[in-house]
Amino acid sequence: MPRALFEKTGNAIYISHLDLMRLFQRAFQRSGLPLTHTQGFNPRPSVSIALPLSLGVESGCELLDFDLAGDKISNEEIRARLNGALIAGVRVLRVYDNGQKIKNLSLLESVVTLEYDSGIPENAQQQIAALFARERLVVEKKGKNGITEQDLIPMLRRISVGQAGEKELALHVLACCQNPTLNPMQLSAAIGKYLPDLTPDFVRCRRVEIYDINEEVFR
Amino acid sequence: MTDLKHRILPTVQKPARYTGGEWGEIQKNLKDVRVRVAFCFPDTYEIGMSNLGMRILYGVMNGMDGVWCERVFAPWGDMEEAMRRNHLPLWALESQNPVADFDMIAFTIGYEMAYSNILNMLDLAGIPLHAKDRHELKNIVFAGGVCAFNPEPLAEFIDFFSLGEGEDITVEIVSLYDRAKAEGWSKDAFLHEAAKIPGVYVPSFYEHTYHSDGTLAAITPLEGAPETVTKRIVEDLDSAYFPVNMIVPSTEIVHDRANLEAFRGCIRGCRFCQAGFSCRPVRRKSPEVLYRQAVDTLQYTGNNEITVSSLSTSDYRGLKELTDALIPYCADHRINLSVPSLRADNFSRELMEKLQTVRKSGLTFAPEAGTQRLRDVINKNLTEDEILNTCAQAFSGGWNNVKLYFMLGLPTETDEDVLGIAELVYKIIQAWKENAVNKKRGLRIHVATAYFVPKPHTPFQWEKQITPQEYLRRCKLLKSHFYSKSIEYDYHSPDLSRLEAVFARGDRRLGPVIENAVKNGARLDGWDEYFNYAKWYDAFRQCGIDESFYTTRGFGEDEILPWDTIDVGVTKPFLKRERKRAYEGVVTPDCRHGCSGCGANRLLKEVACDA
Repeated sequence: MPRALFEKTGNAIYISHLDLMRLFQRAFQRSGLPLTHTQGFNPRPSVSIALPLSLGVESGCELLDFDLAGDKISNEEIRARLNGALIAGVRVLRVYDNGQKIKNLSLLESVVTLEYDSGIPENAQQQIAALFARERLVVEKKGKNGITEQDLIPMLRRISVGQAGEKELALHVLACCQNPTLNPMQLSAAIGKYLPDLTPDFVRCRRVEIYDINEEVFR
Repeated sequence: MTDLKHRILPTVQKPARYTGGEWGEIQKNLKDVRVRVAFCFPDTYEIGMSNLGMRILYGVMNGMDGVWCERVFAPWGDMEEAMRRNHLPLWALESQNPVADFDMIAFTIGYEMAYSNILNMLDLAGIPLHAKDRHELKNIVFAGGVCAFNPEPLAEFIDFFSLGEGEDITVEIVSLYDRAKAEGWSKDAFLHEAAKIPGVYVPSFYEHTYHSDGTLAAITPLEGAPETVTKRIVEDLDSAYFPVNMIVPSTEIVHDRANLEAFRGCIRGCRFCQAGFSCRPVRRKSPEVLYRQAVDTLQYTGNNEITVSSLSTSDYRGLKELTDALIPYCADHRINLSVPSLRADNFSRELMEKLQTVRKSGLTFAPEAGTQRLRDVINKNLTEDEILNTCAQAFSGGWNNVKLYFMLGLPTETDEDVLGIAELVYKIIQAWKENAVNKKRGLRIHVATAYFVPKPHTPFQWEKQITPQEYLRRCKLLKSHFYSKSIEYDYHSPDLSRLEAVFARGDRRLGPVIENAVKNGARLDGWDEYFNYAKWYDAFRQCGIDESFYTTRGFGEDEILPWDTIDVGVTKPFLKRERKRAYEGVVTPDCRHGCSGCGANRLLKEVACDA
């Protein structure tokens, strides 16, 4: 199965995972690229997107697996045709064969930007760095089975805090993204819980790169 | 720093409804734009984007040089709350600019329960609600859609109405505005010129006076306005604009598929049905044009489903030709073809079987009444034999699902008619027992009853609505006669239909009621999550208005009706004749078995009625 590396930016970040799958199915159809369908009672077009992205999160490293029916078309042609049929904010960067097995995708690098409208509070950088240096950092996580507690520290490979602008701090994070999964937005939840005075006015998040367990770029 | 709107978006449900940017959206350079139209749909994005009429007029207006039409929808409650808290005015999707920046503000209104949304949207846009408080040419508010066929409850809010099909009249209206803006006309001067366009109704040019009993004493045209305004129609649908390059929403909507319109009008004449009369005369589209448009739409949008719609698709003469061409195309491209509104005739049954090759959906019937006597009264030409034969055939073909829709409170209805529904349902169960091939899966019969709402421009426009108590009594009576586990019975709560009846036949005195209800918090009334009759109840009391004047009173045949100014084609003598036949239990054959003389063919100049 071929794989597409794509980015999701701008207003497209408000499109949900399921809606994005539908959007791609239609984009394939518009590009004259017929997808194969799953077997079974309700055949579905074979597209799947790794690591569902939360609403409102930007990404430069999304993966889409798909399977085309009919004659072989070059990967470059697929990329060009798809980009001609996609909306602003969803752009295919590369199409390639022989992608790695999704189960070997294990680390995600993200940037979490903390916006402070009245300026970065004093010592915020140091306090936040100290927070993530703790041995345990438990926050609540809303899941299918209600609210559970989650310790963030074992899932963090690396984290650093830097100033990103006059009124912004940026957390650069490398963390587990499968079994278990750390949603980078949980980092700001931890700040809100343990350092309430440093609760930002707004938080935005961007996926930067994905890696295997050995920190090799995952494709 | 992230701006306010983008801080709110991640916090609300389905934020993609508010951002625009979909496939097929029209962007224009403001330098080239002389007239900006904010096209407002008074309900949520999912409902509005499912509306074919809106998509047609969006394309029509954007096809005009110098005109940019953008879409606006009612925000869901969470977004409205965030907008109000942050003083963020309502915006249009394409440019994301505030609605108050636009020249023209257009509404399409298909449902009375959207009235609160119209006022709420104007309020969210920061635009004065009352026409008299908007003094400039800018921000002129106009409206169309089926509710414009009795526009009086909205008369004080809307500057003018556009009646009937919008393909041509909208171009005339917007072109006139273009000129008015260039030449610096006053709003008043514009309205006077607009009133000369056939199909434009300016409510402020009419004075309504009342008798002491509350009925209308006179409707007096002022300032040379015409006595009646006749709705507009498109005569030749083949050459009419059709948007094959439709917008493809990036989030799921109610009707998430391509949509073809086979013909307009209806030959049936069911006496309760507003669309059946007000959409006449019958004009068809050729199967060749429909096929071409289907293929073009599917290729442009990438949709994997297409539906052929009309008021009664079995009555489309080109149905065989169209489906013979479309079925193979859809099969080759893995596209689901759906043809709703089929009658239970032989061809339709065969067609249903062909369509079922992909998926087995349920059978749906709308007998509307439980006995043949009452079905004759309402002129619903569907017999028990037709229903039972179709069911038997479907059961033997493996179907196990039937949906049945009825109305309660129809004119002349007795308890015998109500119980006739139960009898019919038991006959269907019997048919299943005799014909089902796989009884293990069981039978599901879904029965739903609605509360009859008398609508303007129908033979039942003078009828009483039964009281909510009586309606509920009939529902309970029916329910007590359902004891099979296969039956699922739903009845609508009477509150919504009662309100619908008030506004469907309402007059100008209801304007303050809508305004008060909105102040009391009424909005999104079509949604169970929001509808609350108490807000409306309070509004009626605040305005000293008794709902029953509009519902259970019944209107006299000699009474002046609020919508007498509006001519939809069918004549009042015809409606009276049909009403008389209803009471005599006499059916009127469909238009193909002889013209019944409804009068709508007067609207045609170039072609004959295709009934």
